[in-house]
Amino acid sequence: MSKPKVALYWCSSCGGCEESVVDLAQDILPVTSAVDIIFWPVAMDFKYSDIEVLQDGEIAATLINGAIRMDEQEHIAKLLRKKSQLIIAHGSCAHLGGVVGLANFYKREDVLGEAFKEVPTVKNPKGILPQVKTEEAGRELELPALHDTVKTLDQVVQVDYYIPGCPPPPELIKNAFAAILENKLPPKGTVLAEKKALCDSCSRKESKPDKIKLSKFKRLYEVEWDPEKCFLEEGIICLGPSTRDGCGERCIKANFPCRGCFGPTDEVLDQGAKSLSYLASLIDSDDEEEVKKIIDSIPDMAGLFYRYSLASSILRGNINRGTK
Amino acid sequence: MSAKKPSKRIGVFICHCGGNISSVIDVEKLAQAIGKLPGVALSTTYQYVCSAPGQDLIREKVKEHNLDAYIVAACSHTLHETTFRTLGKETGLNPYQVEIANIREQDSWVHDDPQKATSKAVRIIRSVIEKLRLNEDLLPIEVPVTKKVLIVGAGIAGIQAALDIANAGYKVTLLEKRASIGGHMAQISKTFPTLDCSQCIMTPRMVEVSHHKNIELLTYSEVEDVAGYVGNFKVKIKKNPIYIDPEKCTLCDKCVEVCPVEVDSEHDRGIKKRKAIYIPFPQAVPATYTLDVHSCLGLLPIACGECVKVCEPQAIDYDMEPQFIEDTFGAIIVSTGYELYPVLNLEEYGADQIPDVVDGMQFERLLYLDSSTGCGIKRPSDGKVPGEVVFVQCAGSRDPELHNAYCSRICCMYTSKQAMLYKSAFPEGKSYIFYIDIRSGGKGYEEFVQRAREEHDVTYLRGKVSKIFQEDGKVVVWGADTLTGEKVEIKADLVVLATTMVPSPGTKDLANKLKLNVDEHGFTQEAHPKLRPVESLSAGVFMAGCAQSPRDIPDTVSSASGAASKVMAMISGDVLEREPIIARVDEDICSGCKMCISVCPYDAREYNSDKNIVEVNSAKCEACGSCVVTCPSGATQQLNFADTQIKEMVRAILSDKESSE
Repeated sequence: MSKPKVALYWCSSCGGCEESVVDLAQDILPVTSAVDIIFWPVAMDFKYSDIEVLQDGEIAATLINGAIRMDEQEHIAKLLRKKSQLIIAHGSCAHLGGVVGLANFYKREDVLGEAFKEVPTVKNPKGILPQVKTEEAGRELELPALHDTVKTLDQVVQVDYYIPGCPPPPELIKNAFAAILENKLPPKGTVLAEKKALCDSCSRKESKPDKIKLSKFKRLYEVEWDPEKCFLEEGIICLGPSTRDGCGERCIKANFPCRGCFGPTDEVLDQGAKSLSYLASLIDSDDEEEVKKIIDSIPDMAGLFYRYSLASSILRGNINRGTK
Repeated sequence: MSAKKPSKRIGVFICHCGGNISSVIDVEKLAQAIGKLPGVALSTTYQYVCSAPGQDLIREKVKEHNLDAYIVAACSHTLHETTFRTLGKETGLNPYQVEIANIREQDSWVHDDPQKATSKAVRIIRSVIEKLRLNEDLLPIEVPVTKKVLIVGAGIAGIQAALDIANAGYKVTLLEKRASIGGHMAQISKTFPTLDCSQCIMTPRMVEVSHHKNIELLTYSEVEDVAGYVGNFKVKIKKNPIYIDPEKCTLCDKCVEVCPVEVDSEHDRGIKKRKAIYIPFPQAVPATYTLDVHSCLGLLPIACGECVKVCEPQAIDYDMEPQFIEDTFGAIIVSTGYELYPVLNLEEYGADQIPDVVDGMQFERLLYLDSSTGCGIKRPSDGKVPGEVVFVQCAGSRDPELHNAYCSRICCMYTSKQAMLYKSAFPEGKSYIFYIDIRSGGKGYEEFVQRAREEHDVTYLRGKVSKIFQEDGKVVVWGADTLTGEKVEIKADLVVLATTMVPSPGTKDLANKLKLNVDEHGFTQEAHPKLRPVESLSAGVFMAGCAQSPRDIPDTVSSASGAASKVMAMISGDVLEREPIIARVDEDICSGCKMCISVCPYDAREYNSDKNIVEVNSAKCEACGSCVVTCPSGATQQLNFADTQIKEMVRAILSDKESSE
């Protein structure tokens, strides 16, 4: 009997998710011996035509990381969907849009302009921007087209499971492979991590007081490091309450507050809105001016609360960017 | 993850409301459109669904169509939700399988295009159907009730409520911040429109309260802390020391004679002085001296001590400490009354720097002292009987730019009364009343104002006073008579400002402790201005008298009796039934992050360290929804208002499907 076929693909991502597979270390061995990796552009040389020739549903499972922001990515995602029994969104960008999803605060033209004209390290006196088609020495060259909106994987194709995280902890990937191989998968649509929020397993929860009232939001450098103390109690924004558990508190243990890469729990539609909602409730003032001052002590609010989930949020981005 | 929709057989009863709805909305077309929706087993209309035959129709149809749930598309929830939920229970359904779709106040009354209004009604009903599909069966929450009532503030409102409740056989603790009960009514000379002596009708009530076997009177006391919830409020009361042992005191008055300190008498509103050791007024209850710690010298080491030296029974004790009393009450009535807007704030009227400009209550004391001692109405500066008195209404009221926007409600009447009493005492005097409008809506009030004009020759000038200042021993009043369009200048001997009634200073603090809402002016906020006028939104907390809004004595007494009857109805049973539409936490999702504890205004969220979750105390939860929207993981949901339900409702309203009819 032939081994089940597995494919791995990347879209708009930083490569960290690929790294997370490699981070399985010796645990990758039982996986590679149990399955046939038939497609993994970052690690091995395959061609798209290798996928095109497969039967529909011939691949047992495909892990796709990265958000969808180019037509090539959308095309391959759809192709892989057709050829795979299971599609697994791998990592925050595929799951929620991720950091690249923050581009949805801007128009495509602004993003391109910034990257190819405005940044100080770029010299582009003619102001040339990437084009889908270019004539060069009598030959037509082609580049994938950049979409105006960054999308999550499930906004493009149907996704069966999600492995959250930026990047996902190897443990979750290992468990996912095990579940696929042993056919012990939960109902479709499940995010393969915990159901509760991070506070449930946080090593600092013991110290958390019942009521927290804040008159200033602080940044890390403003407080002394105390590995026992809840960040929120110290006035440091931590998104642990609105973020799904399962990361093994990697950031917390490194004395860094949660930034929400595991996304919201099942019951929450919009992680950023929820985060704003609970943090606003901690503000210790009834005075409008003072409240404004306290809120102003949060730098880059949108980038903080929607760092990983903007593309999957209710608004999806800046609704005015089309008219900017 | 949306919950799986249970398939319910839903009935929809659309009310014509005798044309209120059907004259704008095409109810038959509406019924047809709704009838096509999935899960709707019956969609029909009726002239008046709330009428007896209308209710019979529902009874019959629930059986006939084997309905699991129904919607009445009619008026607002406030009006008939209870009616139709009770009816639902009679038909054998859980009352929470009955919903109202408001197509009157929110549709037919505010729109006139029949087509659009009908289409909107489709959306409204469709959204309620989506909610109802996911409604759970709920049972009322039962909490035990302590049959004892705390009343805060012992003016006429508190006294009336205390007597009503105590006479019905329930225990009452009546708390008063001042040294004596009685409040402002004990300061007033005579009451309008009957000109009864205020003291004469008040004093018997005060005595009755002090002797009532069911009433515990705590004067010079304050609410320190409130915990618990409806039926079982745990209250900590601070009884301030009076530094006198009433058991030993013989009321010989020698201490008062020797006391060297003189301060303004609160009861006489500064018209007269009192000593640092004093009885507020002759009819005070309890009839005991109080040593005012703020003005007494004796409490400072070796400064004075004169009163102790002359007190033969040794009733004075400088070392007396505050006492703290803790008790449990089933309900609380707030009757903390009012204060007058300070003349100091009225710069245009002299900002309290002109001695012969007094406020309404000071003039009451001048009138009272005249009638009780026959001393004549003496103006403060030189004791002369004023020959010309100007009364200024709306001093600080109906002035949204500079002072208070609202009407103080009693001033039109009491200035008439004061002018009348002044003229009776001193017929050769002249009196003027500046008014904006005369509001004399009470029983016998308009006739009373007419009497002042006609029989007592009080001159009414319609217009506002722009400035008051002193000149040559007179108080000059500049104003405008808006009826003649002329400027008016009156050189008066005395000016009486009918200053605005504002909430007494402790109201806000007490409201905070009781989680009671106050309005923009600081008055306590009733649960519903028309239908629940003496209840607050904090279950078990009621309000009476001027703590809620400016009002006269009859209205104060009515509201006090109203609050008392609500309280008695509430504590008469052994358990209280409460609406079960409260917050619920899903233990499988709650991460114990505690954000809900910070936002809950009712202390209803309690951390369970064994489970590392935050539970909902169903007796305390007031269903405000704060924790629901705050809950960062969505573990807390409002029963029958779950996020999934609201999402479906929004979707149903926004969807264009089938709404084009």
